Amino acid sequence: MLGLAGGVWVLAWWINVRLASRPATPLTRLAIPATFGVTILVLWEGVVRALEVPSVILPPPSAIALSFARNTDILWIDFVQTFVRGALSGYAMGCGSAILIAILVDRSPFLRRGILPLGNFVAALPIVGTAPIFVMWFGFGWQSKAAVVVAMTFFPMLVNMVQGLSSSDAMQRDIMKTYNASYWQTLVKLKLPVAMPHALNGLKICTTLALIGAIVAEFFGSPIQGMGFRISTEVGRLALDLVWAEIVVAAITGSSFYGLVTLIDNRIAFWHPSRRK
Amino acid sequence: MLTRTLLPVATVSAMVIAFWYVMVVVMNSAWTLDQAKRSGIELQFGEIVADTMQQDRPRLPSPHQVGLELWDATVAKKITSRRSLVFHGWVTLSATMLGFVIGSLLGVLLAVSIVHSRVMDMGVMPWAIASQTIPILALAPMIIVILNSVGISGLIPKAIISAYLSFFPVVVGMVSGFRSPEFMQIDLLRTYNATKRQVFWKLRIPASVPFLFTSLKIGIAASLVGAIVGELPTGAVAGLGARLLAGSYYGQTTQIWAALFAAAILAASLVGAIGMLQRLTLARMGMDR
Repeated sequence: MLGLAGGVWVLAWWINVRLASRPATPLTRLAIPATFGVTILVLWEGVVRALEVPSVILPPPSAIALSFARNTDILWIDFVQTFVRGALSGYAMGCGSAILIAILVDRSPFLRRGILPLGNFVAALPIVGTAPIFVMWFGFGWQSKAAVVVAMTFFPMLVNMVQGLSSSDAMQRDIMKTYNASYWQTLVKLKLPVAMPHALNGLKICTTLALIGAIVAEFFGSPIQGMGFRISTEVGRLALDLVWAEIVVAAITGSSFYGLVTLIDNRIAFWHPSRRK
Repeated sequence: MLTRTLLPVATVSAMVIAFWYVMVVVMNSAWTLDQAKRSGIELQFGEIVADTMQQDRPRLPSPHQVGLELWDATVAKKITSRRSLVFHGWVTLSATMLGFVIGSLLGVLLAVSIVHSRVMDMGVMPWAIASQTIPILALAPMIIVILNSVGISGLIPKAIISAYLSFFPVVVGMVSGFRSPEFMQIDLLRTYNATKRQVFWKLRIPASVPFLFTSLKIGIAASLVGAIVGELPTGAVAGLGARLLAGSYYGQTTQIWAALFAAAILAASLVGAIGMLQRLTLARMGMDR
């Protein structure tokens, strides 16, 4: 069994080397990572079965897939509780308020110079630590999770948005002035459009933070549903296949959320010099 | 320099602290009024404000209460005491540092192999990038409990989570760092008939240094979060995460806030130390601006 697994590895590696030595096409760009991923899964399955690793330590992928298929109702409830109620609402509130405050701050260069270093500083702090405080204030429900997500997403978004709003150059601002543009016209026609690449960068960073915040906050207390709750209780009951299924859901959710914002980014901020090919 | 950044930063900080004090009155006054009503006392506004600042278990402790608790738990307590934040901070810091060193070393190694092998680049790099959009932290409880069940507990499991979290930012940052030399520079080395190894040591490594420090900063912040979260599933044993959890079990809000600030100070000094190293190194290399 182990030898077989080794054989699969060598075979897959050989295929990938052959594929990589050809000029890159969209197909090989997809095929090579896919082969790599499948090989890892096959190896995982093979090694776990060959060495008879107990499933309370590492369940094989097939058991995880089976558990995923069998528990779709639980996984769906947890998904709604953690992602839709906790992460998504917190993401909207955190990023929305950060954008509004950034627009207010942008009127005063003095405040802007004060907020940028502070915001950068706060964005590097372990803000998930506020979770027990918010659970105490807002109870075990989704509201406390949304509050943690607000706290986690606010500062990265604020910093990006403040930088974005101030990224128009003097020439552009001058031309708005010669057109006698009002504050609102300058904001809508110049400042917001140039801020878009920065804003979307912030929104992308915050997708991952939102999901992490919502899951970790559930470790401090939650109703009897939610991804973080399920992970911490099922680990205690040694039902590791369900834990892994939950992690698969988290992974799919995280990367599709990020992918969605990237799609919007490509639609809106395609003109930025960093996208030039 | 002084008036350009220091004054605005001080102003904004003062605004934050003022807002905090206002919120202290708003959030704690309900309890004060309730207590007064039970004992049948009418309170003046000044008395209400004074009381909200000095409750034993406030909903929101005031900044000076947190400051006092922080002072009490770091300087006033012996560092061997279980109630000393220095003790708990050290537990968290040692796991963070061990994990961070392992994670970033492995990250740099993987980045080297990705830059030199087309197969690794096309096969592994997409997964490394995708993994950054995944809440890896969700794995933490499982890693802790499984390792615990095979008899490994304490420092190592937390360090593994820390290593895992700092690994991917370093990989992604260093791959762009090793790729940052321009075509012209690589061409120049080719005209010198430089080997791949020489290109790596004389061009790619020096060029990647700014990227290294930037990704190390992200990595160490992630490592600290990993160590703190890694302290949650075992129950409140030791470390800043345990302090947070114990505080939330027993409703000790001031203790939670003090632990939170200790974690923030730790994060800031770690990132600050790497920033200092960055400035010194880049100045020695003549790359500072």
